[in-house]
Amino acid sequence: MSFFSHLGKYFIMLKGMISKPENSKLYWKEFMHQCSEIGIGSLGIVCIISLFMGAVSALQTAYQITSPFVSKLIIAQIIRDTVILEFAPTLICIVLAGVVGSKIASELGNMRVSEQIDAIEIMGINSKTYLILPKIAAALITIPMLVILAMVLGIYGGRLTVGLSGIISTETYDRGLKELFLPYNVFFAMMKAYTFAFIVSSIPAYFGYYVKGGSLEIGRNSTKSVVVTCVVILFADYILAALLL
Amino acid sequence: MIEFKNISKRFDEKQVLQDVSHVMYSGKTNLIIGSSGSGKTVLQKCLVGLYEVDEGEIIYDGLSFTKMNDEEKKMLRQQIGMLFQGSALFDSMTVEGNVKFPLDMFTKDKESEKIKKVNEVLERVNLVGTNNKLPSQLSGGMKKRVGIARAIVLNPKFLFCDEPNSGLDPQTSMLIDKLIHDVTIEFNMTTIINTHDMNSVMEIGNNIIYLKDGKKEWTGNSKDIIFSENKNLNDFIFASEFLQDAKEMRMLEAKGKKS
Repeated sequence: MSFFSHLGKYFIMLKGMISKPENSKLYWKEFMHQCSEIGIGSLGIVCIISLFMGAVSALQTAYQITSPFVSKLIIAQIIRDTVILEFAPTLICIVLAGVVGSKIASELGNMRVSEQIDAIEIMGINSKTYLILPKIAAALITIPMLVILAMVLGIYGGRLTVGLSGIISTETYDRGLKELFLPYNVFFAMMKAYTFAFIVSSIPAYFGYYVKGGSLEIGRNSTKSVVVTCVVILFADYILAALLL
Repeated sequence: MIEFKNISKRFDEKQVLQDVSHVMYSGKTNLIIGSSGSGKTVLQKCLVGLYEVDEGEIIYDGLSFTKMNDEEKKMLRQQIGMLFQGSALFDSMTVEGNVKFPLDMFTKDKESEKIKKVNEVLERVNLVGTNNKLPSQLSGGMKKRVGIARAIVLNPKFLFCDEPNSGLDPQTSMLIDKLIHDVTIEFNMTTIINTHDMNSVMEIGNNIIYLKDGKKEWTGNSKDIIFSENKNLNDFIFASEFLQDAKEMRMLEAKGKKS
């Protein structure tokens, strides 16, 4: 299947999921379930990665700044900006492509292969609206929240490291964080978070929903969905940086 | 009643169904039989709209399904129940959750009324007390019965069963057949069953269509099969010596009764 066939089918899937829910109460329940699966389910890994991301950034930044003429405040500023601009939105979403994306692809793929999607269609329910829309909506709500948490924890991880290793004092670090802070950077990071959240949920949903075959194909499509999602995230990252910065 | 006229379906270069026409009656168990790859499942999936037909027309109680828009098809599907080959139960839901799902989606009944209805249907399929079990905790036969319960919980007018006996032992197969036959008569449904189980053909085949290589080869009922001289049908149905002997005995019995 060519790239354009996949692209066309992907947009048809997105268009097909926009329809009036048969029972909004049940859809709300599914949406909340997905919020819990995507948001709460990824909380642990996001916390661990964010803390270490900030900690390692602190050590490596301090290692590179050797000149006595450069203010130590810049360490905090570099950590802050790299975490907000790149690490929190991009790195976390790439990790989520693996954690959440593969789960979405394999769940839908399994439902397709075991005819559960057909069963939903036969009941007169739009399977795309019932199965895909709540996942994308939940990702759009929870992933930006996870990104904000990653920003906070990343910066905190840096603070913890500089304090413990004695690179600079925590007071200096806090002062550095406040200096030359651009709120636009947070806006830019949130734009990235929303875009990546959509990519992380919709691309694996496409690969899972249209699985053909058996368990082998579910595995293949799940892996393919993670690879494609990561590439699209990096591509979108470049486009957004070129457009918005 | 479901009528289909001159249905054809092709996947890439392969012609799977060719000019198939038949009428499926309400209150009867209508069987689609044929060897593996003969087009039974594709025909059933075309009838419920999971596949679009390339040519031909499908008519549900006088209404052309092929000419309906998506919304009309969606409305009609609420009157269709389907039992899938692998049961297609939702893994994350309990037996009760699976059976209650169509009620949750399409009715505004109180929770207590829904539970009452679920229990009634579970009792009908002899699965009392299994409400809180997950599909993974059920045997193949039980899964099929939960599938039937889910399919009939909204009292559908049309019931489709795709190889309901596959993977089941002969005794459980007969129980499933009897259950499908009984609910068909009880609710006056138009039931369409895909099968290559010879017990089903002989026990509940009120109206049978035999497909070979995507074409309609023969139609009749379970009694007609015994006297059929269609070679392909005989080769398919009476494949073993045991079944050939059974056929000859039945024929002799019938001749004896006549004389």
